Amino acid sequence: MKILFFASLRERLNTEEEQWQDLNGAQTAGDILTQLQTRGEPWSSSLNTERLLVSVNQEIASLTTEVTLNDELAFFPPVTGG
Amino acid sequence: MSKSIGSIRIQEADFSVDSEYQNLRAAHASQNGAICTFVGLVRDFGDKKGVTGMHLEHYPGMTEHSLQQIIDQAASRWQLHNVSIIHRVGQLNLSEQIVFVGVSSAHRADAFASCEFIMDYLKADAPFWKKECNDQGSEWVEAKQSDQDRAQKWSKD
Repeated sequence: MKILFFASLRERLNTEEEQWQDLNGAQTAGDILTQLQTRGEPWSSSLNTERLLVSVNQEIASLTTEVTLNDELAFFPPVTGG
Repeated sequence: MSKSIGSIRIQEADFSVDSEYQNLRAAHASQNGAICTFVGLVRDFGDKKGVTGMHLEHYPGMTEHSLQQIIDQAASRWQLHNVSIIHRVGQLNLSEQIVFVGVSSAHRADAFASCEFIMDYLKADAPFWKKECNDQGSEWVEAKQSDQDRAQKWSKD
């Protein structure tokens, strides 16, 4: 699984992209988020916000969206283009 | 569903409104009755005063996908001949052009409404992020509820 981080979140985590070979039992985007949050700082506070969006395979998703090892996930703050 | 229309370009380079307008004018030339264009610019105040420029980041792939969905929605709601969207990324200075939306149609009502619809949804849904630069450094722009509200109002109309 490919996991991407953008904008302020990418900066706070100092991480742009990760590759996972094993989902460690995760079945949903929310399960992936929980695993990331348990890494300690800065992961726990940066990812513990209501204003966090998630996409699965480049479509806006929710934390209950099911995921598989072939998916591309991304976490990012609310968008501010235009 | 009919074939998708529209041209989407994400680029660092600036654009010429005139050449975009001429392209819209040339396609379906004899059927076009109205062309509406919008340009967004970098201004000197955002969340704070004294903005000197901005840096724009996006999610390659998802951005194009999201903009195509917005164009498809507009084309199912109004009678459109063509749609062109250009969004710049990277470093932009004060007063530079950020975004272009151009729509051609047989009628002005469809052109006006769809152009505004596309911009409202672009601001609410497309994965771009702005970081404003000022004298003190740079800060990520906070998303505004008013932008979400503007997009929401189209679902009530």
